[in-house]
Formats: sequence, C-alpha cells, structure tokens
Amino acid sequence: MSPRKEFILAAEDVCKTFDGFKAISNLNFYMDEGELRTVIGPNGAGKTTFLDLITGRTKPDTGSILFGAPGVDLIRKSEYEIYRLGIGRKFQTPTVYTDHTVFENLLLSLEGSRGVFNALSSRVTPAQRDRIHEILKTIGLSARVGAKAGSLAHGQKQWLEIGMLLAQNARLLLVDEPAAGMTDEETVKTGELLLSLAGRHSIIVIEHDMVFVRQIATRVTVLHQGTILCEGTVDEVQGNERVIEVYLGRKAKH
Amino acid sequence: MYKTFSKRELLAAFLLGLLAIVVVPSLNAYTPEASFFHISDFAINLWGKYLCYAVLAITVDLLWGYTGLLSLGQSLYFSLGGYMMGMYLMRMIGSLGQYHMPIPDFLVFLGWTSLPAFWKPFNSFPFALMMVILLPGALAFVFGFLAFRSRIRGVYFSILTQALTYAAWLLFFRNNILMGGNNGFTDFKFMLGHDLRTGPTQRGLYTASAIFLLLVYLGCKWLTGTKLGKVQRAIRDSENRVLFSGYAAANYKLFIFVLASVIAGLAGALYVPQVGIINPGQMATGKSLEAIVWVAVGGRGTLVGPIIGAIFVNALESWATRAYPDYWPIMLGGMLLLVVLFLPRGLVGLAEHALALFKRARRGPAAPGEVASDTSPAVNHAPAK
Repeated sequence: MSPRKEFILAAEDVCKTFDGFKAISNLNFYMDEGELRTVIGPNGAGKTTFLDLITGRTKPDTGSILFGAPGVDLIRKSEYEIYRLGIGRKFQTPTVYTDHTVFENLLLSLEGSRGVFNALSSRVTPAQRDRIHEILKTIGLSARVGAKAGSLAHGQKQWLEIGMLLAQNARLLLVDEPAAGMTDEETVKTGELLLSLAGRHSIIVIEHDMVFVRQIATRVTVLHQGTILCEGTVDEVQGNERVIEVYLGRKAKH
Repeated sequence: MYKTFSKRELLAAFLLGLLAIVVVPSLNAYTPEASFFHISDFAINLWGKYLCYAVLAITVDLLWGYTGLLSLGQSLYFSLGGYMMGMYLMRMIGSLGQYHMPIPDFLVFLGWTSLPAFWKPFNSFPFALMMVILLPGALAFVFGFLAFRSRIRGVYFSILTQALTYAAWLLFFRNNILMGGNNGFTDFKFMLGHDLRTGPTQRGLYTASAIFLLLVYLGCKWLTGTKLGKVQRAIRDSENRVLFSGYAAANYKLFIFVLASVIAGLAGALYVPQVGIINPGQMATGKSLEAIVWVAVGGRGTLVGPIIGAIFVNALESWATRAYPDYWPIMLGGMLLLVVLFLPRGLVGLAEHALALFKRARRGPAAPGEVASDTSPAVNHAPAK
C-alpha cells in the first residue's frame, strides 16, 4: 500500500454569510499535494468566495482552512502572509501590471524579499533573469518579453498572470476561470499549460467551460449553494442526477 | 532592468540645473540694473517661490501619478514645514517688533509677557529644521498608517486627506494654540544672521530652492527607477495583484506618503522666508487643489510634468491676476477642463505627441506603431555610445 499523500489543503466546516445570504455553508474540501482539481458550479454557488476565503480576502464565520502539512490555519493570516506560505491566485479578469513590461511583471512576482527598504537597493541577478526566461518559455511569451503587459492580447495576459504565480513559486495555484473570453485555440493551450504544471504544483481551477474541464480535469468538485454537491471524474459528475438537476433546473422527485 | 539615468536626461538636468543655480543668480548679482540681461530682485523672489511650488507639485505627483493616491491635502504638509520655519524666523525678530518686546508681537497682543515653553527651542535653527522634517513626517506617518491599514482607497482616501487639511486649517485659525491665529507669522527680519529684506539673502534662498528642486528631481528619478518605484506603479495599476504577490502594499504606500510629506514640508520651509508670511490661508483646501491642477496641466506620471505645470500655471497666474484679475478663476477652470478633456497627459504629453508627429513627418510615411514605441532616435543627435 502506498503511503497516503499529504493534504495540501483541508477546509473543514467552513461557513460564510453575507448579510444573511449563505455564500458558503458547512463546506468540507480536501485536496492532495500535486493534484489538479477543477471546481464547477452554477453562478452564485460560492466558487469565487471559496477562493477569497483561501487567500484571506474574506474571513469565514466558522471553520478552519489548513494549508500543507503539518497544517497552517489560513484564517488568521493576511493576504501577503498567505502568499508567503506559497499560495498564488489568478483572478477572473486578467490582473497584470499594465504599465510594466512582461519582464517586469514577472520580476516583481519572483520570490524573494518583499520589504520596502530592500526594494530600494534591489538588483536583478543573473539567476533571476534565467528564471524569468524559463517561465517565459513555459507560458509561451518569450517573444513579448519587452512589451508592456497592457498591450498583450487577452489570452496572453491570462498566461502572464499564470506565469506570475509560477515566478512566486507557489505550491498551490488558484486559477479562476482561465478560459473565460479566450478563443478555442487559446483555451486548448491554457489547458496544456495547466496540465504541464500539475504534479509540481497543486492547482485548483474554477471553470464553466465543460469542454475545457474535460480537457484538464482528473477530479471535479461540484459546488452548489455554498456546499459540495458531489466529487468525482468528469463522467461521474456529468452523470450525477443531482448535478443535472442543479444545472438544468429540473425539480427534484419527491 | 531597474532603469538608471539616461545620458540625455542627465545632460538636460545638468544644463537646466546650471541655468537655474548658477546663471540666473549671477545675472541678478553681477549685471548692472539697466542691462538687458539683468534679472531683478523681484523676479528672483518670484522664481524662488515657483521653484518651491514645483517641489510641492512633484510630491503630489509622486503620490497621485506614481502611486495612484490622490492626496488633496499636500499643502498641509507644505504649510506645516513653513510654520516650523516661521517659528524660527519669528524668534529671530528679537525685540525689533512693534511692541519692542523679546517675544513675538502676537503673543504680546494675546497678553503673554514671556515665551511659551514650546516656542523656546525654536531659537535654534537646527531644531527648527528638525521640526520642519519631523512634524509633517510624523503627521503623515500617523494618518497614513491608520488610513492604509484600514484599506482606505481611492476617493475615500482623497476625502480624508482633504478633511484633515480642513481640520488643520480651522485649528490654525485659533489664537489659543499660540501659532499666530489668522494673521499667522510675518514681518520676518533675519535668517541665520542674514537680513531677509536684502537682495543677496533672497538670492541665496532662491539658489537654495533651485538646488533643492534639482536634488528632489534627481532623487525621485532614482527612486522611481528602483524596485520600490516599480512596486509603486504596480500598486497604482493593480493593488490586488500586488497584495497577492506578497507585498504589504500598505507599507509601500506609507513610505511614499511620509517621504512626499517630508519633502513638501522642506519646500514649505524654503518658501516662507521668500514670501515673508505664513498663515492658515496657505493650508486652505483650495491650495491643495491648485497643486493638483499644476500636476494635471504639466503631466502626471512624469517628473518634469509637475515642474513645468507648477511654473507655467503660477507664471500665468502672476500675469493674469495683474492683467485680468477678474478672469483668472475662469481661465484656471477652463485650463483644467481643457487638460482633462483633451490632454490626459498634460503639456508633457502634448510635447511628446508633437515630437512624434514631427518625426513622422520627417521620415515620411513610417510604419504604423513605430511612432508610439520609440522616442529616442530623432531627438538624440549625439552619437550613441
């Protein structure tokens, strides 16, 4: 029997209410180190709130979210502390530094000191340069290294943002709707990129596009009304009665 | 990849610095008054004032143009620096005031016969200079710490900075804080043993202002090129990404805010002995807004823009308030509208645009996109090294 892998993320009994609306209720979510997990669910299912909770953007009312082993509770940490633990987040709309070049975007994301006074004397080392070029190759933007990020195409911005998470050497990547607004070709390339990263990084992808989900997903979690409806392979999930109900709005049988 | 100075920029800064620091004062000092090249004491004094305003404008831009923090209270820090210098200058009047008492006139008027304790250390110039730096710096630190920690951003931050200025304005009007009330401090006579009412002293202050402006310009040029400068602009463009890249954005904003306020305070301290007065009017909310207009007109997000804007708008004001005093507010408002509607990058943007058009015309129908991307070859006549 192979030793059980450590959980990279373990959320237990997490609840979050906004003005009486239960965005997340009694959520239990476990994920293995190195796993590529896709989270799907209808609008308002709590997907983005879930990411907000992990990254410290909002705080849950109850419950715990443990990261890594032995398990650091993320609830008490601020955003930048959570980043420093090795959690990186890609936002739904591409969020890059539009006025900086692609190179500078990655440079600012590289792991290393984040202090104000260190930033005054910081220099670019050859090692950093190499690392940036390596990442550029991975995300396929080597040719645009000197371009301003604001001038990139939508899909390229999304890749750049994923590259920025790689630069910070995140153990856990949270990727919110990477395929939104992409062409089919870009979507396929994005899927390949994410698959190539799985294993070395643990990745949570939130997505709507089922073609894309089928391309990347090994394991799918379905969220509904802030709680987990079911988990399984794409086929299992798509065949699940309750999932069909939720997505197609069919009434439950009494 | 952290940008240092380009040769062209350094040369321009050197030449303009030489003009402002050496040539202009020399023309004032060593040419006969009748000469065409003579620069009058009045002009020197006026330009000294403009240069202090230019420094204030740079601090506004450091916050607004580079960090995305629209501070509507930058004149507060400028005034506080001015007040601290003013306290020293008041002490230097000695017994030469109207009442021939060894304490400032307004204190005599308020019924004081001896100096209040907090006034005493201001006999010392080094102490006053220290306070010029400390008071604006400490206020900015406390205010900034609370505001940035509470994640106050955007328009809410702007409103708070304005509210703070307004509160300080009301406070300084009060006689019982013993800071001169609505008349403030005036009738200065000596500074470091030099008579402020003479040409050479004013020339010295002008030169100090010019040197200070050059230092601030070079310092900011360096700062915005460091990693800190890059983080600064990253905060402006996407604060969320900065936070999720592990930067404590609040610390960066606090650093810039305190730095900008200290520089503004020093500019105010140079300004006061040149205009000979400091009163609460200098920290009225309108004064801070004027500084915003200078930056907008000159071109925000650049370091030359605020300098050009401050000098241009103030020179225009000096002229217009004499020639068409009734129309100056309309002209100022009209200018702001024009800039907001048609010149988002101010005069600097206009100049760059004109340069690009000129280059295109000279080169003939160039490939599209070429104009926007490079600005060097047509301007750079010197052989590249």
